Amino acid sequence: MLNEIAFLLLASLTLAGAVAAMMLRNLVHCALCAAGAFAGLAALYLQLNAEFAGFAQLLVYVGAVAILIVFTILLTRGAEIQPGGTTASPSWWMGVPVGALVAACLVGSIMSSPSLLRLPSQNVQAPVKSIGEQLMTQYIMPLEAIGLLLTAALLGAVVIAMREPPKSEPAAR
Amino acid sequence: MSGLDQIFVGIGHGLAGWAPASVRPLVAAVLEIAGIMAVFGSCFALTTIVERKVLGRMQNRYGPNRVGPCGLLQPLADGIKMLTKEDIVPFSADKTVHFLAPLALTVPVWLAFAVLPFGRNMSAIELNSGILFFFAIGSASELAVFMAGWSSQNKYSLVGAMRAIAQMISYEVPLVLSTVPVLMLAGSLSLNDIVAAQGTYTFGGLARWNVFTPWGLAGLLLFLIAATAESNRSPFDLPEGESEIIAGFLTEYSGFKYALFFLGEYLGLFALTGLAVTLFLGGWHAPFQWLEWAPSWLWFGIKFGALIFLFIWVRATLPRLRLDQLLNFSWRFLTPLSLINLLVAAAWYWTGAWKSAAAPPVRWLLCAALIALPYHWLGQALRGASPPPRKYNYAE
Amino acid sequence: MNGAGIIKGMIETARNFAGSYHDSKRLTTVQYPEEKLAPVENARTIPFLVYDGGDAMPGLRCTACMICEKECPPQCIYIVKDQVKKPDFVGKMQMQPKVFDIDISVCMSCGICVEVCPFDAIKMDQVFELSTNDRFGGLLLNKTQLAKPNEYFNKLHKTEASEIDARRIEEKQKAEAAAAAKAAAPKPPAAPGGAK
Repeated sequence: MLNEIAFLLLASLTLAGAVAAMMLRNLVHCALCAAGAFAGLAALYLQLNAEFAGFAQLLVYVGAVAILIVFTILLTRGAEIQPGGTTASPSWWMGVPVGALVAACLVGSIMSSPSLLRLPSQNVQAPVKSIGEQLMTQYIMPLEAIGLLLTAALLGAVVIAMREPPKSEPAAR
Repeated sequence: MSGLDQIFVGIGHGLAGWAPASVRPLVAAVLEIAGIMAVFGSCFALTTIVERKVLGRMQNRYGPNRVGPCGLLQPLADGIKMLTKEDIVPFSADKTVHFLAPLALTVPVWLAFAVLPFGRNMSAIELNSGILFFFAIGSASELAVFMAGWSSQNKYSLVGAMRAIAQMISYEVPLVLSTVPVLMLAGSLSLNDIVAAQGTYTFGGLARWNVFTPWGLAGLLLFLIAATAESNRSPFDLPEGESEIIAGFLTEYSGFKYALFFLGEYLGLFALTGLAVTLFLGGWHAPFQWLEWAPSWLWFGIKFGALIFLFIWVRATLPRLRLDQLLNFSWRFLTPLSLINLLVAAAWYWTGAWKSAAAPPVRWLLCAALIALPYHWLGQALRGASPPPRKYNYAE
Repeated sequence: MNGAGIIKGMIETARNFAGSYHDSKRLTTVQYPEEKLAPVENARTIPFLVYDGGDAMPGLRCTACMICEKECPPQCIYIVKDQVKKPDFVGKMQMQPKVFDIDISVCMSCGICVEVCPFDAIKMDQVFELSTNDRFGGLLLNKTQLAKPNEYFNKLHKTEASEIDARRIEEKQKAEAAAAAKAAAPKPPAAPGGAK
């Protein structure tokens, strides 16, 4: 009973944060509401006893991705968008059938999935030790692939940030 | 002995026993929260006055000594001042975000105290992944710094907030990496298990604290440097240096909100110090076996106080680092050193299988050399990275 | 070695910390107003008028010659001469001031009035706790407020005062010797038969 109330509360907070992130006019407010939605998602993971996933969600999403989003908004010109305008575009009526189609696909696939018929397992334990063991044995290939991808992204970021024209130095003489 | 050691646990159980059985967990939780808030709140008040007096003595002057005996009622005077100041919100500030920023800073920091073991059986929550919880909660307070700087609609606040976030993100990496050897060798993420792993005693009754190993010593130093930077303390207090940028992201805050920021920063320092004591200094264990009769929370308190004194000492001694020096130091010195520390910890673990009698000093020297040489080379590389000697166009 | 400078700095601050509890060189604070630093001999703030003896008004050395009033750069001295004369320390009749006001909010402590005074009557004082809550007359000191005894002058400026005192004693002795010589001088012989 308490579990259901907690779930409803957390889910409504997450949804409210996500909807606000879409609908608010001020872009930084949207980013902060998105961070709130991430935190709500982390709370939902924790409610499912997935400790590692929940804390990693907080650490990565709220601690790093949200800050990345706000930095991006500030360093590009997103913050200068006039707050007086409406967030709905003039051709909003074209989005309605597209949205309905996407919703129908998602709902249809979820409702026809066999996972709904499985009983919820009791006392699922996902201690970090077993996650680590699985990552190092069965899922070693995806781990290395992700590591490679992150290294490539880091190198790309360094190269982009490092591009200063070297020919300005002799011109100063 | 055992009675004094478990006195707080006993009081908590006794008080919770009066509540009806259905709400007993809730009452126990509320008691733990109240205890933590009382202890660390008064610790905050005490630290403000002790810091000012110790800084004063290190600078050849008295600290505040007018308000009470030896100035001990100064926090009371400061509190009254902060609470009665007018709460000024700039006209063009974003009111909701401006209001929420101090809360967003202080609430996660209070949460972080829940996993620290202050004594035997004295951690508020026992989580399997306690350290992950701690770091996750700590990273949530960076967003509050951004909220504070941006909502003031003041370009100096924004610049200060950007610099503060850059500093905090850069120093999170060495902070977390320096704790990984501890996790590796303790085999668990739970703070209680880590403290228990440091509870055995070796030759002469000396405890097996992590700090007595080469990787533990290096890890403690790295952790303390990163913790100083994470809580914006001198010599890393560029975001709030008074001569640099007035108060950085705190410029537009006055009165109680400023007091909340102040509280949040000091509490962050206390949480990180508590974690350092837990991970490296053996938590609530005594240093020698024949000292085990003293209560465990007293040992925690003594080590905690010693580390806080160290922070104050460093603040009195070192000048402030410039932003580029700060970031260079983190990315080009601390991060590689913490990665190398992982290798040193692995070497220590594997050489633990040596069985000869001369093994301990050889092990120690080998692992110490493994980390001292990169320390030397990285330091040289860092110093060589300073800008080239200035060329004066008109002063020749 | 890396970090050697930091260690040296921390040892120095630790020495400061430990030394401040027992060594006065490591804790140099003077807790004003309970403790005060002794001023040096030539410190100066505002002028004061010197008087000899126990009574301020008859013993005042000032003869209202008006030199200090003329020489004062911000013109903060105001003197009004008195019609009644009084004897000075050698017995000669001198003029005296009826009104001698100094506006110490204007006085700039230059000491020129002291330099030009021929009678060693005005000297520089060392008091600095002069604040008052009377905006209008509180910083205008009159003759009575400015008069301070010679013993006070000796305490403040020992060398100068002892030298002045020695000189005055010498002059007094010379004056008395001259007066005694004049009194004991042989009377002019009685002219036989009237003046020539």
